[in-house]
Amino acid sequence: MPSDNTATARDNWTELLVRIAEHRDQSAFAALFRHFGPRVRSYLMKSGASPTMAEEAMQEAMAAVWHKAHLFNPTKASATTWIFTVARNKRIDAIRQQKRPEPEELPWAMSETPEQEEEVARMEESKLLAEAIGKLPERQQKLIRLAYFGEMSHSEIAADTGLPIGTIKSRIRLGLERLRYEMSTKTV
Amino acid sequence: MTMTVKHHLTEPLLMAYAAGTLPEAFDLVVASHVSLCDSCRAAVEGFEALGGAVLEDMTEDLDLSDASLEATMALIAAGPAEEPAPIAVRDPVLPGPLVQYVGGGLDAVKWRSLGRGVKQAILPTGSDEATARLLYIPAGMAMPEHGHGGMELTLVLQGAFADEDDRFARGDVEIGTEDMEHTPVAEMGADCICLAATTAPLQFKGLVPRMLQPIFRI
Ligand SMILES: [Zn+2]
Repeated sequence: MPSDNTATARDNWTELLVRIAEHRDQSAFAALFRHFGPRVRSYLMKSGASPTMAEEAMQEAMAAVWHKAHLFNPTKASATTWIFTVARNKRIDAIRQQKRPEPEELPWAMSETPEQEEEVARMEESKLLAEAIGKLPERQQKLIRLAYFGEMSHSEIAADTGLPIGTIKSRIRLGLERLRYEMSTKTV
Repeated sequence: MTMTVKHHLTEPLLMAYAAGTLPEAFDLVVASHVSLCDSCRAAVEGFEALGGAVLEDMTEDLDLSDASLEATMALIAAGPAEEPAPIAVRDPVLPGPLVQYVGGGLDAVKWRSLGRGVKQAILPTGSDEATARLLYIPAGMAMPEHGHGGMELTLVLQGAFADEDDRFARGDVEIGTEDMEHTPVAEMGADCICLAATTAPLQFKGLVPRMLQPIFRI
């Protein structure tokens, strides 16, 4: 049974996902949908889907969030990260028409840290990561985003941003290095 | 899981896998390597968290109609999409994702002979941008010439192969580019089994290799 402590430590989205998984809670889903639905749709459009296709694929992705909510493990990923993976898989399936090979699940092992701490750590990491991205120079932020939207080669990114390829590669790498630095200076 | 992996995937490849922008054949190599390598698994999870942050950060076109939620609730009521149940076979050579593509363990692989004991099995993938195949090379034999001017990832599953500079054993990935010239040989001992993903030769001038080029060279 989750103590009050757990309830307050859990962020909003995690709590909503758990309510969907455990109680098939429609109002929890509606709240999650209002936040993530438009973001997922915008992500799909940036990845090359037409507005109609993006709306359709977003609805399917969000329906998958409902049906797969029991697979969400807050000790492994934050709610935002997990919803990203569901949206990404929908994008691979609907836009690229490919399957998504997933790694083998790790065998269950006793973790040194209690589950509740793991869960809080995942949430904190996600928050820190978002803050860290926000601190990057605008151009690095843009390039990292473009890498996630795919369907764009580095040379097309070059055409879009007017930057030579070598610069782009080193900017992305620099961006990643700075992110790693930001993350390592925070204790999670 | 991992104890001996020496040759890992590059960061750009792991990021592209997390972003979902690689051809399926390359995804299969990454998923298989990650099944055998904890450090690359951690990197993929990190890049997925970065994807989550990118998603959270979307600021354009965020208006949403009530009809959208209603349509999604109707989809939900219609039930989950049919998905084939994963094959539960555990194989000492083939990692989980490969078992799904083979349709079972190593004994289920439909090998075709390439002569002199060398065998291959092409694994069906949903895109023709790149091809995935299993290779079987008897101990002591030279690796077949399967590079053809494209990009290539080779993951060792059993045995080992070596060239002038390096040795690749179970879990190791060799990252090859078109201008790499070498003749690796399967070591004596166990026969060598590898998973190789190559970009389609006819599409070499097409979009995908252009997309992959910076990833391989970075
Ligand atoms: Zn690795």
